[in-house]
Amino acid sequence: MSGTITKVSGPLVVAEGLADANVSDVVRVGSQRLIGEILNMTGDKASIQVYEETSGLGPGAVVETTGFPMSVELGPGMLDNIYDGIQRPLPAMREVSGDSISRGIDVPALDREKKWDFVPVAKVGDKLAGGDVLGTVQETSAILHKVMVPPGISGEVISIESGEHVVTDIIAVLKDDKGKEHQLAMLQRWPVRIARPYSKKYVPSRPMNSGQRIIDTLFPIAKGGTAAVPGPFGSGKTVVQHQLAKWSDVDIVIYIGCGERGNEMTDVLMEFPELKDPRNGEPLMKRTVLIANTSDMPVAAREASIYTGITIAEYFRDMGYDVAVLADSTSRWAEALREMSGRLEEMPGEEGYPAYLASRLSQFYERAGVVECLGSEDRQGSVTAIGAVSPPGGDLSEPVAQATMRIVKVFWALDSSLAYARHFPAINWLTSYSLYLDNLGAWYTEQFGEAYMANREKAMHILQEESELQEIVRLVGQDALSPADRLTMETAKMIREDFLQQNAFVDEDAYSAYAKQFRLLDMVLQYDALCRDALAKNADMNGLFAIEAREKIGRAKMADAATFEADYDAIAAQMKAEIDAVIAGGEEA
Amino acid sequence: MIKEYKTIREIASPLMIVDNVEGVTYDELGEIELPNGEVRRCKVLEVEGSKAVVQLFESAQGINLAQSKVRFLGHPQQLAVSEDMLGRVFNGMGMPIDGGPEILADAHMDINGLPMNPAARAYPAEFIQTGVSTIDGLNTLVRGQKLPIFSGSGLPHAALAAQIARQARVLGDDETFAVVFAAIGITFEESEYFINDFRRTGAIDRTVVFSNLANDPAVERIATPRMALTAAEYLAFEKDMQVLVILTDITNYAEALREVSAAKKEVPGRRGYPGYLYTDLATMYERAGRRQGKKGSITMIPILTMPEDDKTHPIPDLTGYITEGQIILSRELHRKGIVPPVDVLPSLSRLKDKGIGAGKTREDHAGTMNQLFAGYSRGKDAKELMTILGEAALSEDDKLFAKFAEEFEKVYVSQGNTTNRSIEETLTIGWELLSILPKRELKRIKPEYIEKYLPKK
Repeated sequence: MSGTITKVSGPLVVAEGLADANVSDVVRVGSQRLIGEILNMTGDKASIQVYEETSGLGPGAVVETTGFPMSVELGPGMLDNIYDGIQRPLPAMREVSGDSISRGIDVPALDREKKWDFVPVAKVGDKLAGGDVLGTVQETSAILHKVMVPPGISGEVISIESGEHVVTDIIAVLKDDKGKEHQLAMLQRWPVRIARPYSKKYVPSRPMNSGQRIIDTLFPIAKGGTAAVPGPFGSGKTVVQHQLAKWSDVDIVIYIGCGERGNEMTDVLMEFPELKDPRNGEPLMKRTVLIANTSDMPVAAREASIYTGITIAEYFRDMGYDVAVLADSTSRWAEALREMSGRLEEMPGEEGYPAYLASRLSQFYERAGVVECLGSEDRQGSVTAIGAVSPPGGDLSEPVAQATMRIVKVFWALDSSLAYARHFPAINWLTSYSLYLDNLGAWYTEQFGEAYMANREKAMHILQEESELQEIVRLVGQDALSPADRLTMETAKMIREDFLQQNAFVDEDAYSAYAKQFRLLDMVLQYDALCRDALAKNADMNGLFAIEAREKIGRAKMADAATFEADYDAIAAQMKAEIDAVIAGGEEA
Repeated sequence: MIKEYKTIREIASPLMIVDNVEGVTYDELGEIELPNGEVRRCKVLEVEGSKAVVQLFESAQGINLAQSKVRFLGHPQQLAVSEDMLGRVFNGMGMPIDGGPEILADAHMDINGLPMNPAARAYPAEFIQTGVSTIDGLNTLVRGQKLPIFSGSGLPHAALAAQIARQARVLGDDETFAVVFAAIGITFEESEYFINDFRRTGAIDRTVVFSNLANDPAVERIATPRMALTAAEYLAFEKDMQVLVILTDITNYAEALREVSAAKKEVPGRRGYPGYLYTDLATMYERAGRRQGKKGSITMIPILTMPEDDKTHPIPDLTGYITEGQIILSRELHRKGIVPPVDVLPSLSRLKDKGIGAGKTREDHAGTMNQLFAGYSRGKDAKELMTILGEAALSEDDKLFAKFAEEFEKVYVSQGNTTNRSIEETLTIGWELLSILPKRELKRIKPEYIEKYLPKK
């Protein structure tokens, strides 16, 4: 059915004659058939947010409803691809419209021509329900795509195909209890604003290994957890997000560039195919789906991009995979909400944001979690959601940061003063936190023994103490400190510079395995313990600080991943010998 | 046949409401003909039924509700582009004001442009040597980058921008370049400073100037940078030129945007600026870049003055979130007589990592860069401590760092507005400064480079 436009104001269009349309239906607007979505209905008038530029649209133009809500296409062909906010594939769009994104382009999300080798798992006669696996497709060299019965459908398999098929081919027919036949293709659709169902949700208990020392050791995140990365511009949010996308030990990564720079998406597009997953040697792009709504693309599609991303994540989760969703940045998404809300002339809440900002944000983050997937097979999957927040002026008291902090369990606060000193990642160790420590502590202890968490606590304690001592130094100078306090300051400096600092652009340092992290921190703390001992024996403090092994500790993070243990043993032995020498020297004098 | 309407219902500058219109579309360009024959321009902001809300680009003075005529032209605002634009001066609406002939259009381009497909972008990675150490050595500019200068009232941003425009070149390359300069609400004197500099160096023949001066209509400023970028896109992607775009001053642009937003009675965001300021700025800044398979590029240097030198003010703040770094000028350094007064610690170039290193600049670039930053940061802290507690309170190391910071500002930063340093010179000066520090503190540099480049004492 169709209606006619009565009003155009930027991305908001009002059309009349749409009495039978549903709220949230996708509509096609004007002769260019721009894509839009119905937000509100009053009588037969619908307020529509248009996902493309509305320049040239005027009253009288036709609006057609498709009768379906905003949905994504799910099936083989999503990995290794880059989509816009409403799941249109950007490389295919480039073939149609050239280097710029012109309007009204209609390109299916999944390639309709490409053939996939479908290997059936189910047999004729099997009784299947939603979430059960029909068969598999080797989607990329890294990922086996499981083609599942869509939620809500069940029945007996009366036919199943195998071999080369395009995504729209019927690959199986199910007959339900009422005798109705359901024809299933590899492609299924799901409305983006509705969370995909699962059978049970669990409390997250396994860490997501990111290879980033400050994250893994000090503020770990659990698989299925939620985290926020807030920080002013230039503090390295995007680098942190890229590092997580590269090195996290998850099966699938969904990277949503929401209102950010075009060159950043290009960077990912160029770099990820070159980078190898440290666990299986496959190119990282083979496990990655990119969603790009760069800041110059239409603002309404920015609002949708977050949902498009998390729905695709849930689909892979349902196959039993661990998925990480990285959204950069949720502040831009909130601004898109604010802009639409303003055009709808809604009563604004704080700073012009709509009153429903917090509930929308929590709905998004709550779609993360560890779940028992639908289907008879025993599968567990997880979605980990990590959102960047770009608070104006770095001020965390603003509504988006505040609403986010109430929901997420891990908070990596980026600090501009660290960034100015080129201490990266610029995650502030005093203001950041992880609420998963209690859940994950058991896992760390089981894997690496009691020492891991004990060392973590010691390190945090030293850093905390350093910040207090710094206050004193600022007032009266460091000569006023006792040798033990001076040592604490030195150790804290080593923890900061030799352990926490990690260079994302140096191959040896970009990824740090748990074992290496543990040994490195342990070595710094050993230095602390040995020196403390030595000071008790009246050793010369400056002599202790000047031992040669310290320079080696300073470079220890660059040690080769294969041979670091021997290197570290050697440094530890040298350190012990040199400290002993300082003690001996003190006794002689 | 274009219809004329004599149905202006209301004028509240810069907005106007026209009744009984037909077939008018959003964002369409219009003309108002005054009773005395004068023609002014406007564009459609909203259409509802037969009522159009229109934004005037010039003043409303003299418009008569009963006798003025409004025509809608059936297309959004366009710019007539051609290679002949080089060497010419236009007003903020794209009309020639240098007394020369009209431009014979090669094409008419929509000044709003279209978003660039991220899959079609080529990542900027070609090092541009600006001859300014603080930029080349520490905040490297690459082709296709957008790197703004954050300045304050009374700081010499114009001198720095002109120096960059004068000296910038890509090593071992002699492709055609062009400069597009947009004066957005700046004074005649500041605009002349740039134009004279272009004239002096002969660059004027390769320059397109769009000029909206402080006494030109404020609302016209919304169109000016878009005119400039449309010209830049044409020259870069149709004519394969390496285009440097200088937009000054973005603060004036944002204020014009706020004026229109307030007139429309929109819900304001921070400090009265509209909630869509980020999106609006992004649609301009993101037009910089390179495209795969195209030779040309757009490198953009927007200049903005931070009100009260406050980096968290919405204009610098939102700009910083969109652009690929920022060069920040410091009032403190300016007072000390450091020229150019670039505050290197908060300055940043996000794209530097891909533009430096072996084959581009030199293998030791990245390490020395990080070491200079870290050393200067620690040195400044030490100097601060020294002013409170006196020199005796510093450790031996900290004294060296304090000395390093002092020398760094004097030698590395303060090079003057006419010195053009090659990247090798910049790196050599960096190493000389690093030799002040104890060798064991040079943790950010690979030992083999220290061996190779550190001056032996």
